[in-house]
Amino acid sequence: MAVPLRTDGAVAGAEAPLELRGISKQFGHVVALDRADFVLRAGTVHALLGENGAGKTSLMRIAYGMVQPDSGSLRIDGRERRLRSPREALRHRIAMVHQHFSLLPRLTAVENFALGGAGRFDRGQETERLMRYAEQLGLFIDPDTRPADMSAAEQQQLEIAKALGRECRVLILDEPAAVLSPAHADALLQQIRALADAGASVALITHKIQDARAVADDVTVLRKGRTVVTGIMSSMDDQTLFAAMLGESSSEGARSDRRIAAVQTAPILAAIRALTSEDPRTHERLRDVSLEIHRGEIVGIAGLEGSGHRLLLRVLAGRHGVLSDAISLPQDIGFIPEDREREAVVADFDLRHNVALKDAADRRGWIPWRQWTERTRALMTEYDVRATSPRASMRTLSGGNQQKLVLARELSANPSLIVAENPTRGLDLRAAGAIRERLRTARSNGAGVVFYSTDLDELASEADRIYVAYAGRVRLCALSREAIGRAMVGAQ
Amino acid sequence: MDWVTALLEATVRAATPLALAALGELLIERGGQINIGLEGSVLAGALGAAIVAEPLGAHAGLLGGAAAGALIGALFAVFTIALRTDQIITGTALTLLVLGTTGALARTLFSERGIALTLPMLPVNPIPGLQSIPVLGPALFAQPYIAYFAVLLAIGIHWWLTRTHAGLALRAVGESRENARVAGIQVDRVQWAAVLVGSLLAGISGAVLVLAQSGTFVEGMSAGRGFIAIAIVALGRWRPLPVLLAALLFGATTAAQYTAQTFGWTMPYQVFLAAPYLATLIVLFLSARRLSPASLSQRGPSLA
Amino acid sequence: MSTSITARGRALRLVYVYVAAAAAVIALAAVLLSFSGFSVANAADAAWRGAFGSADAVLSSTLVRSIPFMLLGTAVALAFRVGVFNIGGDGQFLIGAALATSVALAPWSMPGWVHLILALGAGAAGGALWGLIPALLRRRWGVFEVLSTLMMNFVAVHVISYLVRGPLQEPTRIYPQSSTFAEGVRLPSVLDGTRLHVGIYLAIVICVLGWIWLFSRESGLRARLTGANPIAAESAGRIDTARTSFRVFIVSAALCGLAGSVEVLGVTFALYENLSPGYGFVGVAVALLAALHPLGVLASAVVLAAIDAGAGAMQRDAGIPSVTAWAVQALLVLAVLAGRALVNRARAQDVPRTPVTA
Repeated sequence: MAVPLRTDGAVAGAEAPLELRGISKQFGHVVALDRADFVLRAGTVHALLGENGAGKTSLMRIAYGMVQPDSGSLRIDGRERRLRSPREALRHRIAMVHQHFSLLPRLTAVENFALGGAGRFDRGQETERLMRYAEQLGLFIDPDTRPADMSAAEQQQLEIAKALGRECRVLILDEPAAVLSPAHADALLQQIRALADAGASVALITHKIQDARAVADDVTVLRKGRTVVTGIMSSMDDQTLFAAMLGESSSEGARSDRRIAAVQTAPILAAIRALTSEDPRTHERLRDVSLEIHRGEIVGIAGLEGSGHRLLLRVLAGRHGVLSDAISLPQDIGFIPEDREREAVVADFDLRHNVALKDAADRRGWIPWRQWTERTRALMTEYDVRATSPRASMRTLSGGNQQKLVLARELSANPSLIVAENPTRGLDLRAAGAIRERLRTARSNGAGVVFYSTDLDELASEADRIYVAYAGRVRLCALSREAIGRAMVGAQ
Repeated sequence: MDWVTALLEATVRAATPLALAALGELLIERGGQINIGLEGSVLAGALGAAIVAEPLGAHAGLLGGAAAGALIGALFAVFTIALRTDQIITGTALTLLVLGTTGALARTLFSERGIALTLPMLPVNPIPGLQSIPVLGPALFAQPYIAYFAVLLAIGIHWWLTRTHAGLALRAVGESRENARVAGIQVDRVQWAAVLVGSLLAGISGAVLVLAQSGTFVEGMSAGRGFIAIAIVALGRWRPLPVLLAALLFGATTAAQYTAQTFGWTMPYQVFLAAPYLATLIVLFLSARRLSPASLSQRGPSLA
Repeated sequence: MSTSITARGRALRLVYVYVAAAAAVIALAAVLLSFSGFSVANAADAAWRGAFGSADAVLSSTLVRSIPFMLLGTAVALAFRVGVFNIGGDGQFLIGAALATSVALAPWSMPGWVHLILALGAGAAGGALWGLIPALLRRRWGVFEVLSTLMMNFVAVHVISYLVRGPLQEPTRIYPQSSTFAEGVRLPSVLDGTRLHVGIYLAIVICVLGWIWLFSRESGLRARLTGANPIAAESAGRIDTARTSFRVFIVSAALCGLAGSVEVLGVTFALYENLSPGYGFVGVAVALLAALHPLGVLASAVVLAAIDAGAGAMQRDAGIPSVTAWAVQALLVLAVLAGRALVNRARAQDVPRTPVTA
């Protein structure tokens, strides 16, 4: 289905300022990129489309020297290069504006702007330069404020000004519109167009086809780490791009009406009513959110980075720490967070310790290690966790086996509510299937399951109902991938 | 000389090595490291100064001290930056190492002669004109040049941190190694440089103890000044000029103790001596994490 | 698909590291000694005799010195396990010694053993009190404990300096030290004719209790989980990590105070200004060599104490400065640090890294 990029027309003969060919990259057991291609032509805007987890950011991080590819080639102006660090990318005048900004919060705007240079730092001159770039972008940046005191839009403008200040020829923007209001986003797109018209080459990571269409000359679609479509934007219709992003339609997993009716009369297990809350660390927000979880249903949650879904899942898992009348939850909750090594396991400890980790706060007295060993062994058998013994270090297990152990630990006490955040991510088909099967079994045993996934196919086939988070608000959504995809980007 | 002049003179004299070591530690901490081994650099600097000054004179002694301090800093950097060992344990071990090594070396080098070691000292360099100001003149402007150097150094570091790209890079690394790397900064190299230069200054600090104060080398003569420097940096809230003032405060309490003894005052002088540490604790409490470089208290890999 | 490295395999690698480190340090020490013109054979002979050569060397030198090392090493090991960098051992040790001294010198008429227990308790309480300030600063205001405990060390030195010239000074008011304790309030010796006192039992019991608590009690598990991954401890374990680390901080400080009281009640029988020649730092070295394991502390405390005792004998018999002991102890720590770092690096390469969000 891949379409070769046409390098004909006006720029024929000119070497591409950035060309990535056959790039593969694996993080642990997770394949992020699988022979991906991306060619950025001079003086153009090139949209890089794809769903969450498609590998867009990984590919561009390779172009920016942050990550080293396992294989594949990178060419700058037609010459093969190795970029071992962002510093080397910057030397080739490639700059990147990250989705999670990389500004230093306690340096002032102008200091951030000038960071990375050499010699004397002339504050006056740098301020003047910053102002000039700001003006060119049509905005105002106070040179003496610190990013900590700036809005997301201001921080992003500063990041762009910083990239321009380095006189970059290649500018990579990672989901720049995600943090902006619609008006700001439109202004940004105009700026991007103006930059390209002035001769820069811009790679724009986005999941919004409209944004891509508004500015891009070329488009590349990544799915599951592969380049599935690439070509001139005007030659592609939305339907083609949408299909490329989402992949072949699989069966919609039709559920009988009887089941849904039964769910709706089942008792309510957990409920959130008109909750407005903010995570002080990530600034992720929920605005006036209400939802209910019944016994015996799988409730799917979808949302893009920053939409509020992370906070929503933590509230439902009782891990957010706010006590509020707006939240009612059962006592026994199983929680499977996405970042396993950070939140769910102690990688340096053995399997027994990791099983005993659950609710360690509630126990007193002596640790019945023999029981924990037996319990761990039983869970290993029941959930098919492949490890040499209950005393093997967690670190030595593959991702799939670690995940199965976490699942075993969280589900074995038959909790009435299960919150699973992208539990099959990065697992092979068999491991992922086993985990989905476990969640279905829990549902038939009367548990309520909250299931977040970046794989919309999986979500649509597993969930009985789906809520989509967008900009802190949460809405029910129809059980089709297209509907979810549209709701995730805020389209009605 | 009345007691005010004596007190001021002694304050500046006591504060000079403290200020040098503290400015060194400031550079290291602004780059996101904490070097408990600074005490080792100060002591190594003292011995290095003694060894070099005996044949070559006091000015060369300063260089010897600087080199010895930097050598210990290089060890710290090899362990904490290249091998990623824990900073606290590494610094502690290095301090112990220097205490032991300098003690043994000093005995084999100096003590067999049977007479106390007497070393050439740095002369006093009065500033013409200023030194004749009543009371203040003889106290502040009749010091060895290294005292004026410490003041200029503080101003210089302030300028360097705010007005050079290298200074910006150091502060960026101190806030976030990862973000600094993304901004194109060679993080390890920056931290290496900060540790080397900071330890070099600590070495000079040790040299000053030998060449401007005691005129000899005594085992363990750094007497915790490397640790005091860490306190001074916190009290000065990680800024060069306040750090200079904080060093003067710590110097003043030492000076007050001697002055009190000289002039026969009776009081529990320990109150004076403990006061700056309590003041530092209060500053830490008031400023908490707000002012310290953000990555300072982030721990390395687990130790068990 | 999972090549599990067993606990035994990891232990074996550690043994290699220690053997290699010890060999490297011995070789380095020998080279340095011969370089400085000493006879390596004489030095080794003297060191061996001083540390292990006779019953008296073992009992009166090595083991007596190992007592504070065991207590301080356990204190540091527990604190580091929970992620608290208590380097205030020196200050807590001194304040513990001071409080124990004031209780021991109190003219109370009571059986000696009751008085002793009160004095030991006062020592632990003194240490805990001294640790309370940095512990509270850390818990409530996020003050970095490395800085605050360092400050508290200096303040403690000056407090002792004041006490031995003021309220606790001996009656003739000549020496900066306290009166000597009465016979009844000294820790009795284990064997007549040796300086080894019953503090050794206390220290061993503390190490063993520390081991049992850390690995067999639910609260010990919480402490280890908190230290190893505080985020998972809070999320999956629902552990109040701030409270857990606060409590362990206080226990660690109390053990340092106890070490101070054992030292004055068992060895010096009086409070001196320079009671602690950097014991807090030796505690860090003991704990690190023991890989933060309380039973390992037993062994590493004896090893480091033997280096001390051996160095003392080297000075007497071979003229080698005894401060060399610190250098050897430090080299051992650095060698083990480097060895472990290299082993961990090798291990990190055959294990998957944390996936990066795409």
